[in-house]
Amino acid sequence: MVDASQPRGPKPRKRLSRGNIMLYGTLIVVAMYYALPLYVMIVTSLKGMPEIRMGNVFSPPVEITFQPWVKAWSEACTGINCDGLSRGFWNSVQILVPSVFLSIIIASINGYALANWRFKGADVFFTILILGAFIPYQVMLYPIVIILREMGLYGSLWGLVLVHTVFGMPILTLLFRNYFTAIPEELFKAARVDGAGFWGIYFRIMLPMSLPIFVVAMILQVTGIWNDFLFGVIYTRPEIYPMTVQLNNIVNSVQGVKEYNVNMAATLLTGLVPLTIYFVSGKLFVRGIAAGAVKG
Amino acid sequence: MATSPGTSKRPMRLLRNLNAKIASIPMVATALVIFVGCTLWTVVYSFTDSKLLPRLNFVGFDQYDRLWGTRRWLVSIENLAWYGVCSLILTLVIGFTLAALLDRKVRFENTFRTILLYPFALSFIVTGLVWQWILNPDFGVQQVVRDWGWTSFTFDPLYNPDIVIFGILIAGIWQGSGLIMVIMLAGLRGIDEDIWKAARVDGIPTWKTYVVVIIPMMRPVFVTALVLIASGIVKVYDLVVAQTSGGPGIASEVPAKYVYDKMFASQNLAQGFAASTMMLVSVIIILIPWAYLEFGGKKRG
Repeated sequence: MVDASQPRGPKPRKRLSRGNIMLYGTLIVVAMYYALPLYVMIVTSLKGMPEIRMGNVFSPPVEITFQPWVKAWSEACTGINCDGLSRGFWNSVQILVPSVFLSIIIASINGYALANWRFKGADVFFTILILGAFIPYQVMLYPIVIILREMGLYGSLWGLVLVHTVFGMPILTLLFRNYFTAIPEELFKAARVDGAGFWGIYFRIMLPMSLPIFVVAMILQVTGIWNDFLFGVIYTRPEIYPMTVQLNNIVNSVQGVKEYNVNMAATLLTGLVPLTIYFVSGKLFVRGIAAGAVKG
Repeated sequence: MATSPGTSKRPMRLLRNLNAKIASIPMVATALVIFVGCTLWTVVYSFTDSKLLPRLNFVGFDQYDRLWGTRRWLVSIENLAWYGVCSLILTLVIGFTLAALLDRKVRFENTFRTILLYPFALSFIVTGLVWQWILNPDFGVQQVVRDWGWTSFTFDPLYNPDIVIFGILIAGIWQGSGLIMVIMLAGLRGIDEDIWKAARVDGIPTWKTYVVVIIPMMRPVFVTALVLIASGIVKVYDLVVAQTSGGPGIASEVPAKYVYDKMFASQNLAQGFAASTMMLVSVIIILIPWAYLEFGGKKRG
């Protein structure tokens, strides 16, 4: 990635001026710095322990081994369970799928209602919702434990799904509301004249027109939920800990000899899901965070 | 917030808009029960002596007195202050500088941007664990420099209580600065080309154009970035848990971790409630000036 960044080839006007060399030089050094941790993760996870003890974190592997990956995935221990990160991975998938689905459906309908069917008081609730996104989660953690316990969901996957749905709402509702507001109102009015109702317009006009924003919302939610640690550790129990929580427990466990290569393989495995989404989705990812950030 | 492009709609009757109201139930419930209800609940219970279970036995400001008399909390606040100030300044400076560099019609801009932003896709746990490894004194940066021949070189921020918070800062900035760069870049792209032309005609040097013309024009972008960074700082938790677990000793504790430990580890609920209420207060202190700046001048938000 980095090596392709030499200022070569035809370029209008000055190409190898001192300014340009400085510019590209700075950028390449900075890019190398940012890429370094990824490199370290990969390199460490492919080394054997003896090699790690002899060298340093940056030295490339002499003898490539995939043993750390196998061990991280299927043998690493957390507490009494020794079936590796695969357990956490499947837990995360089970949490992720319903959470993403539920939160996006609810938020899109909500955003649609706010954009096209405004009723008295809607703005007040919407403002509370947006301001709520700024409240530190710590303030709401314990009462939610009580609510979940009353519902019989505390410590279950579905409890966590509900929590993710709730805390995903501000940003997603905002995202959808803004998107639907930008759709020409004439379209909506024409459908009304033709006799389409609330759900009819949503399913037949709004939904098909807004696939890009659904993808953006999905990227946002998948990354966010996959990377969550706080909710996972509080609202589930050890057997169903999501991958991120399990990763931390594996790496930071105080028992036994530290196996840095297994740790880095585990770290990389956990990071692989959001990284894949990021590298595949590219511009849409940027659009998602920009939409979330600019008026967050 | 974007407002509806068309003219305002006719007020609709209660029943005809029933579907919209049904669709908004999740939003209303979240807003009222979770955001308002749970917050108030915690604030109220922070004035009680709840230990293992919440109970309404009011003790006034006792919990807050105890909180501000606890060394661990004071260390947490001090850490957050250092982390906050440094992270705010450095992220803004780095984010803007990188954006400005990328805005100079750079080739391979997409490649650079992809590399600078990927850390943001990673969780704080992953970030913390990687940097814990890189900063490991036996195998990481310190050892590398020693191998080069500078044998007395010491750089072990995660094992030195005096500078441990800066070790966390390194990881935090690595993770978050890409986002700010993207926001700044979007802001820079929104600036009219003519401004640059005018500056060039007037013979103003590039750096001066940035400082005198561009940055003042990007005030809203800076404010957004500022709020974004600030509200992230208060929540710092995972990063510390992954990188140091608050150690060595209590040297890298942060408020969010204090809250978690009091509530879920040491059965001292009300103490955790009081600490989280203080976090809420600090967010409000950050938000009010922002809301005032953003919406104060206009009639409606």
